[in-house]
Amino acid sequence: MIFLNYFISGISLGSIYAIIALGYTMVYGIAKMLNFAHGDVIMVGGYVCFYAVSRYGLNPFLGVAIAMLVCTLLGIIVERLAYKPLRQAPSLAVLITAIGMSYFLQNTALLLWSSNPKVFPSVIGRGAFKLFDGKLSVSHVTVLTIATCLVIMVILSLFISKTRLGKAMRACSEDKGAAQLMGINVNATISMTFAIGSGLAAIAGALLCSAYPTLMPTTGSLPGIKAFTAAVFGGIGSVPGAFLGGLMLGVIEIFAKAYISSQLSDAVVFAVLIVVLLVKPAGLLGRAIQEKV
Amino acid sequence: MTMKRLINLKRAEARKIYLTYAVVIVAYVVCQIMSSTKFFSSSMRGMLVPICAYMVMAVSLNLVVGILGELSLGHAGFMSVGAFAGVTSAILMQGVITNAPVRLALAMIIAAVFAAVAGFLIGIPVLRLKGDYLAIVTLAFGEIIKSILNNFYLGVDSQGLHFSMLSDTTRLLKGGRLIIRGPMGISGIQKISTFPAGFILLMIALMIVFNLVNSRSGRAFMAIRDDRIAAESIGLDITKYKMMAFVMSAAIAGAAGALFAMNYSTVVANKFDFNTSILILVFVVLGGQGNMLGSIIAAAVLTILPEKLREFSEYRMLLYAIVLIVMMLATNNAEIRSFLASLNPFRRKEEA
Repeated sequence: MIFLNYFISGISLGSIYAIIALGYTMVYGIAKMLNFAHGDVIMVGGYVCFYAVSRYGLNPFLGVAIAMLVCTLLGIIVERLAYKPLRQAPSLAVLITAIGMSYFLQNTALLLWSSNPKVFPSVIGRGAFKLFDGKLSVSHVTVLTIATCLVIMVILSLFISKTRLGKAMRACSEDKGAAQLMGINVNATISMTFAIGSGLAAIAGALLCSAYPTLMPTTGSLPGIKAFTAAVFGGIGSVPGAFLGGLMLGVIEIFAKAYISSQLSDAVVFAVLIVVLLVKPAGLLGRAIQEKV
Repeated sequence: MTMKRLINLKRAEARKIYLTYAVVIVAYVVCQIMSSTKFFSSSMRGMLVPICAYMVMAVSLNLVVGILGELSLGHAGFMSVGAFAGVTSAILMQGVITNAPVRLALAMIIAAVFAAVAGFLIGIPVLRLKGDYLAIVTLAFGEIIKSILNNFYLGVDSQGLHFSMLSDTTRLLKGGRLIIRGPMGISGIQKISTFPAGFILLMIALMIVFNLVNSRSGRAFMAIRDDRIAAESIGLDITKYKMMAFVMSAAIAGAAGALFAMNYSTVVANKFDFNTSILILVFVVLGGQGNMLGSIIAAAVLTILPEKLREFSEYRMLLYAIVLIVMMLATNNAEIRSFLASLNPFRRKEEA
């Protein structure tokens, strides 16, 4: 029963990682860049939601909606100002710019909201479902997190496979030049991808802070790195891969904390990543690209 | 040997190398004069050794990123291996070797050896991967090294060295000393790092890297960077050369770590985290990949800049971030680029 408890909290944490990893993987798939500022968008989402709920007394779900709106706009602005001028630049230059953006967001948050940790009010209270005569207790937040993740996955998969915009995104990630020739607005599609990823980051921020209720300007960085690892784990660029990678990473992390050592859990997570990459160099669901000579 | 090899180089290349040495030496002399005439504030003087350490780190990372063309996001890991190995060996040698500079030099050599071994062990899995996957695995190793050192305990007593993981179970005899205390790191370090030592280390690092780059191996590195498949097809052993560059870079980083750590009285593993790796990567990218002088200057400027921005107190890191973004945007703007190229006295003719 304890095992099941750990498993469920692992899936819950993994769901959050999966939602964040989606942002990384979509942006990587289409723009071939590692957006290190993504973790900080989560933090911004968390703060917006926090202020909407605790300062202005809004309904938590309305708070999340506002956070999504703000983060989507933020994602578009960041892409427009910092990444778009570097479309042709070497990938390292883009990486450093993304890191600069990450510092920028963290320090702006520090100035606006100070470094004092804020206690985040849970989106749906601290209750729990009791199962098997109270032996298994699953908090409402956990259930909501897992459900949200599933809903997002289904909607996003349908969006990418069925809609015109989704098709445009796939075309751009395959071959930008050819996509442009087919009349797809590549720039608009990339902006869209950033917007979707950032909007999802806001949801992840609210869920993350509901589960681990301290909010600081650096809240986003470690989950950001972990989610990035999850995206690579599943095969970066692949949406189902981000889902699978996120869930597995969450479960591995919780099990490592429970059964090996809480201090070494990060080391275990990263060691598993290394082993997976050695066996499958493109990640679990990533496509191995054949090199033509 | 060095001179002969330099003369055989293309003249522009040789001039660049001489220029690098000259700038470093002049900068060192100027700094020495300024710090002895009390022109430097004490905070500035305190930064001299860390700046040297960061410069050496930048040279070390530039070998991997600029010359070999592989992205490493965990270089601070080698720095921390070097820092811990160097400080520990310096503490153990305290009674045996009383001369501080000799002890420092030996500690740096030991640090370099330990970091090279770590680089070799990490290189075996890492160098099988390519591109972004290689980068993420180096990030993972950096985090693993940090986690392990955060949970590592090492003590010494009359029966020798004792170590344990997770919690302190070394059970030292009376009179023993616990050197590495897990998350508390090492404290009570004798500050034996000096600015001249940093300068010498930087010069040695530069000599090693320049000699390596302008040797048969160095040309192999660049061939692999420019076209891996073509390099493989003419019979270059890719793994061997990649490993050579990686291990050499790790060794230099280890020595820099020892220099850095022995400038402070305490050192903790969390100091060498992902942000430190990124900081060094920023030096390399801003200074120019493969351009040692550029990354040295970038290291100096970007270490001093946050200090000089102190008068803006809370806005300083914000300004730093803005400077970073604006510099990246500016250096990748075609118009500004061509303007900068026209200022470069060493530009090649075909670019003119």
